[in-house]
Amino acid sequence: MDDILLKVNDLHAAIDGKEILKGINLEIRPGEVHAIMGPNGSGKSTLSGVLAGDPRFTVTGGSATFHGVDLLALSPEDRSHEGLFLSFQYPVEIPGVSMVNFMRAAVNAKRAYLREAPLSASDFLKLMRQKRAIVELDNKLASRSVNEGFSGGEKKRNEIFQMAVLEPRLSILDETDSGLDIDALRIVAGGVNKLKTSHNATIVITHYQRLLDYIRPDVVHILYKGRIVYTGGPELALELEEKGYDWIKQQVDNEQ
Amino acid sequence: MNSNSLTQYLDLYAHHREAIDARAPEAFNRLRPAASEALRRAARLPRKGDEGYARTDMAAMFAPDFGINIMRVPAPVDVAASLRCDVPNISTLMGVVAGDEFRPTATLQRNLPDGVRLMSLAEAARREPQLVEAYLGRLSADGDAPVQLNTLLAQDGVLLHVAAGVQCDKPLQLINIFNAGVPSMAVRRVLVVLERGASASLLVCDHSQRSDVDYLASEVTEIFLAPGAALDYCHLEESTPRTARSAALFAALDADSRLGLNGTTLTCGATRNSYAIHLYAPGAEARVAGMVIGSDAQHTDNDILVCHHAPRCHSSQLFKYILDDDASGAFRGLIRVDHGAAFTGAYQTNRNLLASTRATMHTEPQLEIYCDEVKCGHGATTGQLDPQALFYMRTRGIPEAEARMMLMQAFMADVIDTVTLPTLHDRLRMLVERRLSGDRRGCGDCAAACTNSLQ
Repeated sequence: MDDILLKVNDLHAAIDGKEILKGINLEIRPGEVHAIMGPNGSGKSTLSGVLAGDPRFTVTGGSATFHGVDLLALSPEDRSHEGLFLSFQYPVEIPGVSMVNFMRAAVNAKRAYLREAPLSASDFLKLMRQKRAIVELDNKLASRSVNEGFSGGEKKRNEIFQMAVLEPRLSILDETDSGLDIDALRIVAGGVNKLKTSHNATIVITHYQRLLDYIRPDVVHILYKGRIVYTGGPELALELEEKGYDWIKQQVDNEQ
Repeated sequence: MNSNSLTQYLDLYAHHREAIDARAPEAFNRLRPAASEALRRAARLPRKGDEGYARTDMAAMFAPDFGINIMRVPAPVDVAASLRCDVPNISTLMGVVAGDEFRPTATLQRNLPDGVRLMSLAEAARREPQLVEAYLGRLSADGDAPVQLNTLLAQDGVLLHVAAGVQCDKPLQLINIFNAGVPSMAVRRVLVVLERGASASLLVCDHSQRSDVDYLASEVTEIFLAPGAALDYCHLEESTPRTARSAALFAALDADSRLGLNGTTLTCGATRNSYAIHLYAPGAEARVAGMVIGSDAQHTDNDILVCHHAPRCHSSQLFKYILDDDASGAFRGLIRVDHGAAFTGAYQTNRNLLASTRATMHTEPQLEIYCDEVKCGHGATTGQLDPQALFYMRTRGIPEAEARMMLMQAFMADVIDTVTLPTLHDRLRMLVERRLSGDRRGCGDCAAACTNSLQ
């Protein structure tokens, strides 16, 4: 096995019979940060949903291999245990389920999958304290229901906090910058950078270049009409910021 | 099957009238002629589709040939001694009701505070006929056929009486148990009287010790709260698919009294709970809550009437159901605000989760307001678990079954929270969690079999 962490090959996916992804190819190695950019409706969120196992989408063709494992054959929970993490564009509010119980269930489910004993109450609390510090998440949120009554910034920080706890090998950040003011953006991006190692990788899905000032990508892809139509270095993001998406759209539409 | 299931009971009464009366106090016997007359007029028990019984067939529930212990043969085993409950904070103030026969536990009589009576209703009626006769049958007199049938045949049950000004801080507990080896019907009367300024909390649990025998519980409860009295009444049914329950609860609230009711059905065969709560004087408050967790072919029907007769009273109804497999549920909740009940605040909520495509729920929220100057509201919804929440939890590694369980537990959290007494609250939460997780552990060698869990 070579050192490819994620290999996506000719991936097709549909929702309600409508094909959204029309042949995605992607290779990600440990230590890399990939940005996926593209105009609205190009399939960015569909790609993250399909990789995480959102049951609303149907894979209609292709494959995705995650460190040698057939990713698409796994349940969403097993994808998580194998080291995949999705930071949601719109984190879901779960009234009545406290953050503490939610995280304890998540941590211990992963430990059970790895055949490890559940964490003791004190070790669990220590872990929570440690990880909260990474994104400066207030302790008072721990006793609240998951995401309920959280501000936009708190929700996104909560996503990165969960990422810190679960220590994924591949994180997909879906529009993590949406709804964030500049201070929250700095904290969230700072958290992501602190968690970066030479063993894990990150996919940053974003519409704007702004987030990429804080999380420096190694590779930038442009997704349009369900395909990756352009791949380049960090300078591609700057070019998009300057010229918009129209030149790419025209180029692709002319070829068709 | 008998074409009219009521007939067998009328015949039974006609043939054994002397035997029934001879083994019951006058407080019971004097109510029978009117009940007999009411049943003759009713001619039959309610069938599915009758007014107030849209989904529940009482005629079928009463149709089997159940044995009734009219000769008052004592139950052969010492049920109380066989209970080993390791649920936290179990009450020492516990009475066991085998069928309809009240049996105090050894610790009960020693520990009951002064001014608190928890005892056999028949015995109380023999010792203090004036007390029991002043209340028994007053609220149930106009009840429908299942209530009248209870009045016709009842010989015993339970009295809870708390004297004026007495605060009974420790929760009281009653365990209703079926343990007969033959199909049996218990005809139970419960009378609760809290005098002026008194307070108490009572937990009532229903259990069937044998899952291979058919049982039917007919229960009528009358609650009287004097001015300033406060009662928390929590009922918890954990019976078997072969146990049916026909229960009616009446409550009369005087000025500034407070009633907190929680009716929980965790396992049963077919259950019908009717509640009729009357707020008779200013400042009274009634909070009625209930939850149902249904699986297999379980059927649960809650029918609630809250009637505001006086100004400045408050009431709320909160009922939630989770139905799986082929389970069915029914809810009818009526708020009635009479002329003159100004400044009423009354709310009603019914929310239901269907966990299977075969489960069915029937809901009828109703408001009847004959007065201006009131604040009333009601809402009812039936749906499924939020698929987005479920997916979100699974992406964090929480297995689907556990995620579903957590969401269901969360769904019931506000109903559990209506039980404010910490010891009862924690127990209820634990029992609901056990039920939802399919945990089949019992407590040691206890005979109560509380954890007839989801398959």
